Amino acid sequence: MTDLIKIAVGAAIINNVVLSQFLGLCPFLGVSKKIKTAAGMGSAVIFVITIASFCTGIIYKYILVPADITYLNTIVFILVIAALVQFVEMVVKKISPALYKALGVYLPLITTNCAVLGVALTNVQKEYGIAEGVVNGFGTSLGFMIAIVILAGIREKMEYNNISPALRGMPITLITAGLMAIAFCGFAGLL
Amino acid sequence: MNRALERLFNGIIKENPTFVIMLGMCPTLAVTTSCINGIGMGLTTTVVLAMSNTLISLMRKIIPDKVRVPAFIVIVASFVTIVQFILEAYLPSLNDALGIYIPLIVVNCIILGRAEAYASKNPVIPSLFDGIGMGLGFTMALGILGAIREIIGSGELFGIHLFDEPVRIIGLAPGAFFVLAALVTIQNKIKIIHGKRTEDTGCGGKCKSCVMKCSDENNQKEG
Repeated sequence: MTDLIKIAVGAAIINNVVLSQFLGLCPFLGVSKKIKTAAGMGSAVIFVITIASFCTGIIYKYILVPADITYLNTIVFILVIAALVQFVEMVVKKISPALYKALGVYLPLITTNCAVLGVALTNVQKEYGIAEGVVNGFGTSLGFMIAIVILAGIREKMEYNNISPALRGMPITLITAGLMAIAFCGFAGLL
Repeated sequence: MNRALERLFNGIIKENPTFVIMLGMCPTLAVTTSCINGIGMGLTTTVVLAMSNTLISLMRKIIPDKVRVPAFIVIVASFVTIVQFILEAYLPSLNDALGIYIPLIVVNCIILGRAEAYASKNPVIPSLFDGIGMGLGFTMALGILGAIREIIGSGELFGIHLFDEPVRIIGLAPGAFFVLAALVTIQNKIKIIHGKRTEDTGCGGKCKSCVMKCSDENNQKEG
């Protein structure tokens, strides 16, 4: 149990997926203008990554390893993720229209989010079991949510500031992200 | 031949994927801790991009429109797997340095973006050169970023010692953001001086050639 907690905390805060591993930067920089959209994107990512790490874990353990075709993992995982995102979209639409309204627009974007494939591959690389993989996936996506919501909060405040024209937009966002990365470095000795 | 040269120029300078279109940010920031890593990643991506562009262009009349994105992903993923094997066999040190970012080339927006925007609509030869041009543009950007970070962050270049007391943070994760921010700022400044500032979408606003579909999402939010 303590191992699982360690994996979750490590994935969420210490090795933050965006700020120290640089995965999922496109949505991190792209959909972080408002806290509301950022939170929507974050929850959609948590939803998909947790399910995806479960599915890819099962497929790896019970199909790829017995059949001795583990070298196909990149192809299989990306297909599973793409199919899964479609499937999740359909199921959520049917079961809970309210949830679909909240997450719907973000779901198609997630296939190209490299954090999803990144987590699936890290799980294999670190030889995590299925439970550890799911916990790692959940922790990682929670870290993504934390980072994107903080950045969106800062960007919302920055709207009112007078920023030099050359720095406006992308550069100031990158500098903010860099400062956040420094702050997250402070967690390094936690475990 | 002229068209091929035009594609090369277009990829390297005019529509440089990193500096102008701002695509493929994840590997750009992650692997540029040193110049040689950046160039290695860039060249690996170039090979995948050139091969996938060629094959997609060859198959553009066979692939049905509805399933084109999954088909592109399978093609790209196959080439990435092949390239990964080659690297493991012949360049194990580079393979170790790039680690997980090699399989992640599959989800690099540049590759799917070029497949969607260029290779699926154009003949084979221009598509091949489009891939090579874009790849070299990406390699150049990664090389420059890597060189800056290596010189400032560890005081050396290609292992040659340049000066003492480097600014270590530039070599670490936060430094990647700062160096890229500085480069984009310089680029913006030049654009302002020349009086052609583009809209701030973070990706250059080339929504038609983009697979991210964020413009749809923004429209829905506002509408």
